[in-house]
Amino acid sequence: MDPKLKKTKNSSSNSANSPDSTHSSFPFPDEVLERVLSFLHSHKDRSSVSLVCKDWYNAERWTRTKLFIGNCYSVSPEIVARRFPRIKSVTLKGKPRFSDFNLVPQHWGADVHSWLVVFAKVYPFLEELRLKRMTLNDESLKFLATSFPGFKALSLLSCEGFSTDGLKAIATHCKNLTELDIQENGMDDLGGGWLSCFSENCSSLEVLNFASLNSEVSFDALEKLVRRCKSLRILKVNKSITLDQLQQLLVLAPQLIELGTGSFQQELTPLQYEGLGIAFSNCKNLQTLSGFWEDTSLHLPVLYAACPSLTFLNLSYATLRSGELAKIVAHSPNIRRLWVLDTVGDKGLEAVGSSCPFLEELRVFPADPFEQDLHHGVTEAGFLAVSHGCRKLHYVLYFCRQMTNAAVATIVQNCPDFTHFRLCIMNPGERDYLTNEPMDEAFGAVVKTCTNLQRLALSGLLTDLTFEYIGKYAKNLEALSVAFAGSSDGGMQCVLQGCPKLRKLEIRDCPFGNAALLSGIEKYETMRSLWMSACNVTMSACKLLAKEMPRLNVEVMRDEGSDESQADKVYIYRTVAGPRRDAPPFVVTL
Amino acid sequence: MSLPKEHDYIGLTEPSSMENSSSSIVSTESEKNTVLNLKETELRLGLPGSDFLEKKAGTGISLFGKDLKDEGNNGFSQIPLKNLVSGAKRVFSDAIDGSGKWDFPINGGSEVDLGNGGSENTNTLQSSLAGPSGKEIGNRNPRKPVEEKKNDNNSAAPASKAQVVGWPPIRSFRKNTLATNLSKNNDDEGKSGVGSLYVKVSMDGAPYLRKIDLKTYCSYKELSSALEKMFSCFTIGHCASHGLPGQEHLRENCLKDLLHGSEYVLTYEDKDGDWMLVGDVPWEMFTDSCKRLRIMKGSDATGLGMTCNLLSFLVMTI
Repeated sequence: MDPKLKKTKNSSSNSANSPDSTHSSFPFPDEVLERVLSFLHSHKDRSSVSLVCKDWYNAERWTRTKLFIGNCYSVSPEIVARRFPRIKSVTLKGKPRFSDFNLVPQHWGADVHSWLVVFAKVYPFLEELRLKRMTLNDESLKFLATSFPGFKALSLLSCEGFSTDGLKAIATHCKNLTELDIQENGMDDLGGGWLSCFSENCSSLEVLNFASLNSEVSFDALEKLVRRCKSLRILKVNKSITLDQLQQLLVLAPQLIELGTGSFQQELTPLQYEGLGIAFSNCKNLQTLSGFWEDTSLHLPVLYAACPSLTFLNLSYATLRSGELAKIVAHSPNIRRLWVLDTVGDKGLEAVGSSCPFLEELRVFPADPFEQDLHHGVTEAGFLAVSHGCRKLHYVLYFCRQMTNAAVATIVQNCPDFTHFRLCIMNPGERDYLTNEPMDEAFGAVVKTCTNLQRLALSGLLTDLTFEYIGKYAKNLEALSVAFAGSSDGGMQCVLQGCPKLRKLEIRDCPFGNAALLSGIEKYETMRSLWMSACNVTMSACKLLAKEMPRLNVEVMRDEGSDESQADKVYIYRTVAGPRRDAPPFVVTL
Repeated sequence: MSLPKEHDYIGLTEPSSMENSSSSIVSTESEKNTVLNLKETELRLGLPGSDFLEKKAGTGISLFGKDLKDEGNNGFSQIPLKNLVSGAKRVFSDAIDGSGKWDFPINGGSEVDLGNGGSENTNTLQSSLAGPSGKEIGNRNPRKPVEEKKNDNNSAAPASKAQVVGWPPIRSFRKNTLATNLSKNNDDEGKSGVGSLYVKVSMDGAPYLRKIDLKTYCSYKELSSALEKMFSCFTIGHCASHGLPGQEHLRENCLKDLLHGSEYVLTYEDKDGDWMLVGDVPWEMFTDSCKRLRIMKGSDATGLGMTCNLLSFLVMTI
């Protein structure tokens, strides 16, 4: 950063005009304090540090290089630029999480361009940009690529509005690119030509993830890129890459730590099959495997040599059956994180329970979410089996069609260390299928037993009792996701009054109304955001809230054809930037 | 692929332009002009939606016919069949995905539908939730047909069931990818639904065939025991007809005795249409290439060069 600016700061804080009486008790010169603080990386720690006193606030802001903004509208680019002069890496999150499930209309906002314009002026040496649920177009990507000569790392997750043309600009202009990570975006895939835009001199890539793009890329270009980027440690290709092409890549890059395969379905000659197996066994550092697009059961045995060192196996796009999964996990005893499709069934999960004692995270996705047949997918039995065998389990995302209170109670007894418990019983309002009762006791057991619980997602038929339990026991809860649950305002009130660490609350299709909304009037400033859609909240309550709490943005979106007084979708968040200046017409800030 | 011939009852259409070789439908050049005028009264074969394709494209292309409006050249259009077929397919899938009307959703227009759909759903839900107890959500079917797609890049996953917007909470990318896999599997021979592989099983001498899902088995052993159970009823009959002390014996014994005694061989037809012996290749490779199964009588199987019986053979290959 500009040294002149620094000297000015020094002289002003060292002057005798400083009103802070504690200033004199601090013997350290600023330089030392800054040096010490430069070792702090967690943004939460840094926030705490900045609150100690004015000196520490200043020292912290001069030494912060990584910016994390969980809600892009909570602050403005100008405010950020004023406070932090030396930023090299920015993480920005935009839309509410429910936008992933189509609950937020298009053109809602979260456009990154205004941020980039400010960054170009203030942080010309910006190196990293990580965006989640932001909107950006190809012009922004071009601007990014050409405005920051030292730009190194771009990560886009769940973003939208751009196309592969934007990626061309990045590949062409960012000469020192180390990371290009494109995941699950709502983008236009106009072709694979972007990959060929990397210059022949580019040899700095460490991370390349284009798994979610479908267009064919030039294998020749990819092969040459992999060949010259000796530091490549993460490579996730898309389904246009065949197995024998994958083998060639593995031979060039045996140092890979994370691999995303392409299409795993191809008829191989015995020689090719053998070669692939050898290639995998030569990747001694492989810890993560993913990809497996399309029906893959055919060639899984080639992986067995690499499985023992795996810690993360993502099979969530592979329609494997129980036997196939059983064989893989039998070879993967060191697995910590496992993502699968529910085609593996309870039997497959039993195999996981018996083969993976160190498992910490399990995610089971539904292969056919709209299928009503109970004979497909997994049930409480599979979850139980995993909990019996994997006592270190602390993160679960589980989609199923039936569950019982008793099963969940047993599960959390087996695994009391849950920090993230996300259970999705796919039919809304589903009861305990054995006792026909609501699922209150299940989640009650979760919050009573798992004292470290940070994130909870509810499902099934739930009354206010669930929320009473949550308010009473979930003292470390930070994020709560509620859908089709609750009986009255009391439910939401219990949570707002009982969970001191709550930061994110998202609610849809629940009978919570104005009383519930207003009971949290003091709380919302301590939270990142509240989302309420399809509940019983009216405009008048929202207006009242907005009036009482000027540092909150209370945004309402009305559905077409609904009553004028109904607030169909409400998004409330704390902000120091005032009301949005880029709100589209359907977003009303009160 | 040879193009199906278009039979026009009026008999005025010209041969399709798809193939270079002439078709057997004969018409004369002089009748071409009259064809254009008689287009409206023409009876044509086409997939559902081909009419809509015409109206949308405005070019009067019928799926199995020629371009009737192409007056500039000699009347033969060179539109490849693939584009037409995919066009018709697009229409068909649009019809399913759309709001029930045969409209063509425009880019971004889906969001408006989304909003509508969302409110329809939620109002329904709210009215049921706002009841006195609120406990009986009773919404086994709170669903209405709703478009869930954000952009037109999404694959055409037929939303044949009514769905709640954004539930279950799965990201669009995942939904679309799995839907693509699902439709791909449906296209493949012998497959239906996600990861199931139904193949016909015939047994020589049995009056009817059976169907099994190869994906429910993980090994040849499982397959053989399932087939045993399935076809034991036929072998009992066989026992009886061969004068063996039949009915009072247990089914399994009868089958085993029969199999040990006589010769049955399990064969399968692979993707190339060849009849192969079951058990040579790894299980996964077998399930991938098997199109149908046949339990052959040993006497027929001598052509395959073996005389072992079904059960012992399968046991050997495990």
